Amino acid sequence: MVGYAHTIGHERHRFDDLKQLLACASPRRSGDELAGIAAASDERRVAARMALAELPLATFLNEAVVPYESDDVTRLIVDGHDAAAFAPVAALTVGGFRDFLLSDAVDAAPLARLAPGVTPEMAAAVSKLMRNQDLVAVAAKCRVVTGFRTTIGLEGRLSSRLQPNHPTDDPTGVAASTLDGLLFGVGDAVIGVNPASDNLQSCTMLLEMLDAARTRFDIPTQSCVLVHVTTTLAAIERGAPVDLVFQSIAGTEAANAGFGVTLALLREAQEAALALKRFTVGDNVMYFETGQGSAFSADAHHGVDQQTIEARAYGVARLFRPLLVNTVVGFIGPEYLYDAKQIIRAGLEDHFCGKLLGLPMGVDVCYTNHAEADQDDMDSLMILLGTAGVNFVIAVPGADDVMLNYQSLSYHDVATLRRLLGRRPAPEFAAWLERMGILDGAGLLAPPGAGEQRLLGRSA
Amino acid sequence: MSDPDLWARFRAATPARIALGRSGSALPTKAMLALQLAHARARDAVHAAIDFAALAAALAPLPVLRVDSAAGDRATYLRRPDLGRRLDARSRALLSQAGAAGCETVFVIADGLSAAAVARHALPTLRACIDLMAGRQIAPIILAGQARVAIGDEIGELLRARSCVVLIGERPGLSVADSLGLYVTWNPRPGRRDSERNCVSNVHDGGLSYGEAAGKVAWLLAEAARLGASGVRLKENAARAEVLVHDPER
Repeated sequence: MVGYAHTIGHERHRFDDLKQLLACASPRRSGDELAGIAAASDERRVAARMALAELPLATFLNEAVVPYESDDVTRLIVDGHDAAAFAPVAALTVGGFRDFLLSDAVDAAPLARLAPGVTPEMAAAVSKLMRNQDLVAVAAKCRVVTGFRTTIGLEGRLSSRLQPNHPTDDPTGVAASTLDGLLFGVGDAVIGVNPASDNLQSCTMLLEMLDAARTRFDIPTQSCVLVHVTTTLAAIERGAPVDLVFQSIAGTEAANAGFGVTLALLREAQEAALALKRFTVGDNVMYFETGQGSAFSADAHHGVDQQTIEARAYGVARLFRPLLVNTVVGFIGPEYLYDAKQIIRAGLEDHFCGKLLGLPMGVDVCYTNHAEADQDDMDSLMILLGTAGVNFVIAVPGADDVMLNYQSLSYHDVATLRRLLGRRPAPEFAAWLERMGILDGAGLLAPPGAGEQRLLGRSA
Repeated sequence: MSDPDLWARFRAATPARIALGRSGSALPTKAMLALQLAHARARDAVHAAIDFAALAAALAPLPVLRVDSAAGDRATYLRRPDLGRRLDARSRALLSQAGAAGCETVFVIADGLSAAAVARHALPTLRACIDLMAGRQIAPIILAGQARVAIGDEIGELLRARSCVVLIGERPGLSVADSLGLYVTWNPRPGRRDSERNCVSNVHDGGLSYGEAAGKVAWLLAEAARLGASGVRLKENAARAEVLVHDPER
């Protein structure tokens, strides 16, 4: 039999191939509707899920959603599959896999052993059978720990990227936003700037400024200027203080080509950053950003639903043992994720799939002004992700990114989330915050004053 | 305690919402409401309708034609960028009748993602552009509802225009909700890629002035005519043009 089918009552729902089955099983979202691949009715959506639940998980090892011959992401997924790691779930259906992941016997250790045996398409498939609470519950059992100058992802910790963007890359302006964030205990995942212009000169200037601040105050963290990988390579060549190599990546070879990257280029950049040996506690030197919809917007989705393509981007990421990976979930706009319901769901899916595949997953909890969402919705998503054990979130001053023109979390939100959930920053960074008088002994923000004086070098 | 002069200097160095204070770990009431107000204005800019009748009256005696995209309403427009790039059937018929003569340039005023930008800046920007186009053959001004930039491609083809300039409301940010962008396309026809256009963005009170924007558009149109193309090829020369535009000796 070619294709897949499920009968409900008198209606037989047919699905031509695996990618159509996956697309129809996806929760409703504007990007799949725009691509013309979403289920035409709610019943058909559930029929697809019922068919998917009965599908043997091993099907994904035999049927590719993007052809092996024409796509290097498919090739790395297939060629890199670890059959031994897959063995414990090899006989399961996708539905059985969901039950397995939720079962009491499966906790952090078996999940970590399983990760190399799970393909991105398997992760995407099982996520489509999961409720939001399932995505939270299973992700919360996963533990992925990485390190550079801080150790990220430990139990009881919640890290954060400090994002001090400025519309013209003014160094005093970037420093001001950085200082403000440090005083909220933000920045243990990375201090990472999106520069207004992707050129070597401003990239080098910002790298030197951030590195000078880090060494002056002896801050145990890493910095990053989020430019194209080729610009970072040029900066390394010039002797600039590069901690992490950043790159946006996607789930098909064509979409990565749209970003101007190949796997070989990423490998070259990783080796260049490793050779600098600027790390102390761990040698994870890569930082990736992803987001549902980027492949379709590059016309490189091969008719595959946006959530499955997103999971394939994680297949790319895990080749490079990254320190940080985050989905920029609500940034792409309402034509891909229309409203808060879709953004929240996608954020939970991306975090779950990343964690299941063994990635140090963070999320930029965010939205644009033309999406049907607001800060209340971001509050909900951040608390859900905190509960799901997200490795890090991103924060900007007052939630307002004045360069990229969208809203993320605020520095305040990071402090609130840590307080609510009893989480602390990465241990090295937390110790520094306590030394500086920014956090008290209980891990809460100390009364304002002491930390500010020490950071600014001024007396009362 | 803290050094007020230093924070004043920091505040002057960035429009970011720094040094807001805190209530527990949350935003203090005043800062929280200020963020809500900025977001409310941005949303209003996205969802407000443009008064095209008033705009047409203000443009008189210039002839205008009123068209709509195939998106129909704002909710569809936001979900379906493809429909916002195409004309609806009525508009296509209207322009097919109007287009027989052909023209040099067609100017399109499109709502895009900010009605506020069009309401405040489209008219003076257009007038500044037309002032620099003396003697050129300009098509009737097209007023396009629920429209994206690429709608200019179909309009330009139907009117047999050699070039198209789309004035469109840009996606609002919290600090600026009324920024207008101008997109120049040589030989407009459906299927043009974004890399085949040039953009002059950030026309608003704190950004580019009407005169500066018009000057850049006039230069782009002249260069596009010379090269027989707009887009990436033209952009490579634009850096040199910037120097010319800002040269105080000229």
